Amino acid sequence: MTRYRCPECDYEYAEAQGDPHQGFAPGTPWEALPDSFTCPDCAVRFKEDFTLVEDS
Amino acid sequence: MTATAAQDNGLSGYVDRKRRLWLFSLMVPGLALVGPLLYMLVSPQIIWLWLSTLFGYVVIPMLDGVLGEDLSNPPEEAVPALEADSYYRYVTYALVPILWISFLVNIIFLGTHDLPWYGTLAVILATGGSLGFGLNLGHEMGHKKTTLERWLAKITLALGCYGHFFVEHNRGHHRDVATPEDPASARMGESIYRFVFREMPGAFFRAWDLEAQRLDRCGKSVWSLENEILQPALISAVLYGGLIAWLGIEMLPIMLLIAFWGAFQLTQANYIEHYGLLRAKQANGRYERCQPHHSWNSNHLFSNWALFHLQRHSDHHAHPTRRYQSLRDFPDLPRLPNGYFGMYLLAYFPQLWAKVMDKRLLAAVDRDPERINFLPAKKEMLMRRYNLGPQEQVPEEVLA
Repeated sequence: MTRYRCPECDYEYAEAQGDPHQGFAPGTPWEALPDSFTCPDCAVRFKEDFTLVEDS
Repeated sequence: MTATAAQDNGLSGYVDRKRRLWLFSLMVPGLALVGPLLYMLVSPQIIWLWLSTLFGYVVIPMLDGVLGEDLSNPPEEAVPALEADSYYRYVTYALVPILWISFLVNIIFLGTHDLPWYGTLAVILATGGSLGFGLNLGHEMGHKKTTLERWLAKITLALGCYGHFFVEHNRGHHRDVATPEDPASARMGESIYRFVFREMPGAFFRAWDLEAQRLDRCGKSVWSLENEILQPALISAVLYGGLIAWLGIEMLPIMLLIAFWGAFQLTQANYIEHYGLLRAKQANGRYERCQPHHSWNSNHLFSNWALFHLQRHSDHHAHPTRRYQSLRDFPDLPRLPNGYFGMYLLAYFPQLWAKVMDKRLLAAVDRDPERINFLPAKKEMLMRRYNLGPQEQVPEEVLA
């Protein structure tokens, strides 16, 4: 499962779960999020700031 | 394995000396309740109704002047335990019923007492002022990730018909702060009386657009109950409708004035928090990330105790989900000469405001006009007045 993390507030976008509250259905890949995607929790980090979370 | 110092409470020996002082953030907003209670229980004198307003405009700026500033920060290693300590959260929860009871008592008091105009005015200002503290509380809780805190934020903001702030502030203001696009960042040369016409409607429509976009992505109507602006608006409608049904339609203009005065407290805070400061636009079209030097700060002790550290504003914008008890001061930040309450008073007199703040703004941006968010209509005049034109630049041949 691929996850991306906000470097400011640790919000995580997991592709499998999506973020239905923000209108991103489960299974929505990271690439499909709009370039204007902003962290839904802190709103001060943008899509390009997020880091891929490596699963052990 | 390296031995570490004992960390019994997780605070690494750090003692938060402000721990009990945060109770001022409950007591000061609760003062609006004291006026009608003294009037009804002690003696029917109008002066009681002015107490909380006088406290805000006279006593707090004086206390800020006398008690001075606090530059201390919690050590970073103590912050996780400080953030996890539920005491600080309970203090914020406790303010919700205080504000609701205060609002209801004041409205019912107005609706059941025949007061002279200056008595009614006193209650409008006191109750509106307490709604300002409600906006501050809604601000603190609206930034948090728990469902409970987010709902308490909506319930609190509903008191002043300002539920859209929950959407507008986090996803709008924090994204656009200190740019010409932000209706909630004041421009150099803009008086508070002009700013309010841009700030109040601009903030509402930005919130509405953000929520409409989110609901569109969700495949839902903007008029659905999942609209996070409509949710608190419905609470407001039931509350105001119920009070009008009980106390009469003549309460409507009074309650609207109270709600306006509450919203204006936020306008005042927005006005002073980023006055004239500007983020640079990058090559990719985005503005640079909001830096600590894009907010005005005040470390004045008393007003910070009364406002859940709101005045440590730079750290808040850098780390919006950080809780109030952990907010830090940094050296060399743009600094206000008094706490927010004193600065609000100053903002009512635009020429005085410019006299005090323009030189501070110029110092904060190293007199670089590229770093100033100007009111466009006054840019040329301000550049001339403060000699900020290109004539200040040293010609290249001199440097060579």
